[in-house]
Amino acid sequence: MMEKIKSLADLKKLQEHLRTTIGLREKSNEPYLRIQVKVAMATCGIASGAKEVMEVFIEEFTKRNIDAVVTQTGCMGYCYAEPTVEITKPGNDPIVFGYVDCKKASKIIDKYILNNELVDGIIPVNYETIDNH
Amino acid sequence: MANIKYHILVCGGTGCHSSLSDDILKKFQELIIEKGLQSDVQVIKTGCFGFCEQGPIVKMMPDNTFYTQVKPEDCSEILEEHIINGRRVKRLLYKSPETEESVGGSAHKGLLKKQIRIALRNCGVINPENIDEYIAKDGYQALGKALTELTPETTIAIMKKSGLRGRGGGGFPTGLKWEITRASEADQKYVVCNADEGDPGAFMDRSVLEGDPHSVLEAMAINGYCTGADKGLIYIRAEYPLAVERLKIAMKQARQYGLLGNDILGTGFNFDIDIRYGAGAFVCGEETALIHSMEGLRGEPTVKPPFPSESGYLGKPTNVNNVETYANIPAIINKGAEWFASIGTERSKGTKVFALAGKINNVGLIEVPMGITLREVIFEIGGGIKNDKKFKAVQTGGPSGGMLTEKDLDTPIDYDNLIAAGSMMGSGGMIVMDEDDCMVAMAKFYLEFTVEESCGKCSPCRIGNKRLFEMLEKITQGSGTMEDLDKLRNLSYVIKDTSLCGLGQSSPNPVLSSLNNFYDEYIEHVTVKKCRAGNCKALMQYIINPDNCIGCTLCARNCPVNAISGERKQAHFIDQDKCIKCGACMEKCKFNAIYII
Repeated sequence: MMEKIKSLADLKKLQEHLRTTIGLREKSNEPYLRIQVKVAMATCGIASGAKEVMEVFIEEFTKRNIDAVVTQTGCMGYCYAEPTVEITKPGNDPIVFGYVDCKKASKIIDKYILNNELVDGIIPVNYETIDNH
Repeated sequence: MANIKYHILVCGGTGCHSSLSDDILKKFQELIIEKGLQSDVQVIKTGCFGFCEQGPIVKMMPDNTFYTQVKPEDCSEILEEHIINGRRVKRLLYKSPETEESVGGSAHKGLLKKQIRIALRNCGVINPENIDEYIAKDGYQALGKALTELTPETTIAIMKKSGLRGRGGGGFPTGLKWEITRASEADQKYVVCNADEGDPGAFMDRSVLEGDPHSVLEAMAINGYCTGADKGLIYIRAEYPLAVERLKIAMKQARQYGLLGNDILGTGFNFDIDIRYGAGAFVCGEETALIHSMEGLRGEPTVKPPFPSESGYLGKPTNVNNVETYANIPAIINKGAEWFASIGTERSKGTKVFALAGKINNVGLIEVPMGITLREVIFEIGGGIKNDKKFKAVQTGGPSGGMLTEKDLDTPIDYDNLIAAGSMMGSGGMIVMDEDDCMVAMAKFYLEFTVEESCGKCSPCRIGNKRLFEMLEKITQGSGTMEDLDKLRNLSYVIKDTSLCGLGQSSPNPVLSSLNNFYDEYIEHVTVKKCRAGNCKALMQYIINPDNCIGCTLCARNCPVNAISGERKQAHFIDQDKCIKCGACMEKCKFNAIYII
């Protein structure tokens, strides 16, 4: 059971805490930090096979003993290239891969995650966020 | 382990594709082998950068240098200078149109401004089933700020100043709606989220609910604080099961943290939310019909006034806002009304989410600042028309909207301009049509939808739309008359003027706007019985060219209705009265002797 947040000050404290833990995962250069894989799992993504793709990532990571976090997220907006997956390696900008079927998921692990080689079908980020606007 | 130091990203989007990106890719690959750089440099094809006007685009990683309008003959210089000598190729850097200065390095911020994500800020970023990720991204800070540092009045003042207008289609100023609900006196008030998204081809609200449900919950609580309601209701169609599931998870987590429920953040403010399911009726997007449906009555609209802000759910003051409207609100409170009002046009502030669909390359969900042109949306972000066909029209506003054409491509998109152009903003569906789409058939498609969805309460909508549909059917069948075209127009005006609710008042729009923009196509259908898009089957004719026909009889033997006659070794003939236009003859003919007019 999560504890209730009793005031705005408490909420800010919790946010600070979450930011550091999540932020560490995202931004740090420390090599011992983990690789993060986000799979776009809105109805459209799931319909085009995102669930199976997510399973491939989880299975392969366990099998090959790769320390990575796999999470789901909402629609990234690239319907023409579903399923889409965003991968953040510690110290690198996040990269979005499109057209990721199960075969391509394994290829991404072989090429990008293990060897730092990219594969075709990367989707460039073409929008601004409210943080930098 | 290979140690790739550089990645060269070549845009493989269709826009750049047609401007030689494949040649550039090949050239780089050749040069890399020639110079023995295979273990250091890798070339990769990417999706569209949303910047086709400046294509082909080449991006260098890891330093994020962005080269535009690259030609195959530039590849050698890029490799030589950028990778071997570590110097940027200045002449190929993007030049900012305002300053004419080269924009290099990772500072390509200035150049990719076409999309700003406010309502979609967390979609595809956070895990929607984990409230902690939302909190880390400023989640519930706006609610905390409103409850602790602002009064309901000052919060409403921020909403009014931001210029936010309803994103469900009508464009009513959100702050003003809140003020009216606040001013209504009652022992109980309600806040409603309209998640009854029903336009064909629209999925903006579903994406927000599935990707960032907490932003809607937080905004509803803020709305409750401002209007004086302690109860929120989300009206959502049961055919959005994933959105419902994620909303439920989000509500449960928010309650566990005490962000919904009693005494929120120790301020004494109580607010909780329930879900009400709709059965997927288009008319229930209309707020009075929606409220009746929530009350367990038939989903039929009633005359306004009284407006829901005065007398809504169970006769109590009710504030109805749409999903996307809500999703904007926490960002406005956190970043300020001035910030939000700095985006967009004079009378339409902020951004709008559109679902791009139809004959467009990059089908998807986009969020653009108000004031962007259709040309930018379709040809840059959308990557242009599929298969290099010619753009014909775009339908905005779904079945209530109209068709915008070539002449409207450079009009800045906002609420008022779209209405002036004969369409409307609507909830944000954008269906792109090319030269193969028949505008009469398109109008018929939307009418078919309206006839199906009309609730039947008022006769102009129930009977009028049916008559419109029948006339359109007649025209696409080739038996329309010029008189029908006048009748179409007159009846459309009558339906618009006399219908009870927004559905009927706007349902003839696709007919009127196609009549206005494509009258020549209607005339062709009626007078020469021709559909130039080749879409209306009844108007097509399969003809045998006697010069090519050698009389092999293959077509005659394959015709299911024996419409083809002719002697062996002599040209054959198709009896148009018998022909059912199945196309079997054309498929079988080995001599290209059969064509369509």
